[in-house]
Amino acid sequence: MIEIENLCKSFILHNQGGTEIPVMAGASLRVEPGECVALTGQSGAGKSTLMRMIYGNYLAGGGAIRIAGVDVATAAPREILELRRTTLGHVSQFLRVVPRVPTLNVVAEPLLAVGEPRERAMARAAELLTRLRIPEHLWGLSPTTFSGGEQQRVNIARGFAFAYPALLLDEPTASLDAQNRDTVLTLIEEAKARGAAIIGIFHDIGARDRVADREVDVTAFTPGLAA
Amino acid sequence: MTPLLSVRNLSKSYGAQLGCNAVSFDLFPGEVMGIVGESGSGKSTLLNCIAGHIAQDRGQVVYDTRADGPRDTVTMPEPERRMLGRTDWAFVHQNPRDGLRMNVSAGGNVGERLMAVGARNYGDIRDTAQDWLGRVEIAAGRIDDRPSTFSGGMQQRLQIARNLVTAPRLVFMDEPTGGLDVSVQARLLDMLRELVREMGLSVILVTHDLAVVRLLAHRLMVMKSGEVVETGLTDQVLDDPQHAYTQLLVSSVLHV
Repeated sequence: MIEIENLCKSFILHNQGGTEIPVMAGASLRVEPGECVALTGQSGAGKSTLMRMIYGNYLAGGGAIRIAGVDVATAAPREILELRRTTLGHVSQFLRVVPRVPTLNVVAEPLLAVGEPRERAMARAAELLTRLRIPEHLWGLSPTTFSGGEQQRVNIARGFAFAYPALLLDEPTASLDAQNRDTVLTLIEEAKARGAAIIGIFHDIGARDRVADREVDVTAFTPGLAA
Repeated sequence: MTPLLSVRNLSKSYGAQLGCNAVSFDLFPGEVMGIVGESGSGKSTLLNCIAGHIAQDRGQVVYDTRADGPRDTVTMPEPERRMLGRTDWAFVHQNPRDGLRMNVSAGGNVGERLMAVGARNYGDIRDTAQDWLGRVEIAAGRIDDRPSTFSGGMQQRLQIARNLVTAPRLVFMDEPTGGLDVSVQARLLDMLRELVREMGLSVILVTHDLAVVRLLAHRLMVMKSGEVVETGLTDQVLDDPQHAYTQLLVSSVLHV
């Protein structure tokens, strides 16, 4: 489902003397449907950079990222947007939404974007918000005013609303209490069971052990760090 | 898929001063493209050349017309181009005064564009105008008031209603949220996003506000001194800018 081959990346800081920072070289990785792969490696090793490249948020320097027949490394913007709409989900650590939009709509949006009838989209959003213990009286409000933990849970609900065949999870259990952490891990298990290919970053070792089938240490792809 | 708009090698200079140089891009149906750059980078010149408000020096602007397929609007007879501007194209100006008739009622401003495409029944026109005022959140009771009695945010929403009432396919926007205070901006952005999605609009959005393009644009074109220096997916260009100028632009944004 996700196939990464010989991926590399450097940052060139034009306004700081043209400094070139190589951050990744020769990254290769395969994730099958129903499999969850955890990225590991010390802070700065490039876990988030790799994740962002897979999502098309960082530009790949070379190599290929094939997801459902699209090579994210070379695809046109509209092909990447279509991939994100129908195939590739992403739960980031931070919620970014338009002010003013109610929480229920924020969560239902990915479903509406694939043409799900409004009623069913809203029902699914309500179900997820209930499971993630967001009190119903908050659903009509914009999540921009919520606490960090609540925003994180809204973000997770949004990420799991549509059954993406491929999912990227960046620290999905960070800053959650035990009950909600368990709910999120159950959501990940359900996604695997329906055949989603998942790549995740989990600093929470208990969570990683519970949902990940294998680990990939990105240090092997870090120029200058590889053993 | 046929692009809705294909711009090829579009150039314009003002004497020795370069406006924009050899700009080319394709815009597909439903796509929102942001053009960013500092004042004087040529983004407004480019927008106005494409929209036919300024004559370009060189280049083609090929639009996929409903009736005859792709046509170069630069060489198209003037009456045809004007008709496009009144029906299939829309232009939202930064200053609502440039896009509204200030001494005509709100309902009249919306109805006028409908009449330009042949609507004649007064009742129908008024109903449609009323419906559009509702969609842009202007109270029904204000339909007979002149825009000069409206706040800046309301005027901008009225300009949007006037532009979208004919169900255009291509909308040009020049700093649509400029000059509005931030709470009004958020409301307008949210509304524009909804309308773009509902109506499947293709949009070329010129702005210097990176927060606005992050919310509205699918992809970006960055201009400096009349040249396009970088293009790409909006979040990619903003989070991983490649060109020196884009890096400077992104790192210069102040965060609150």
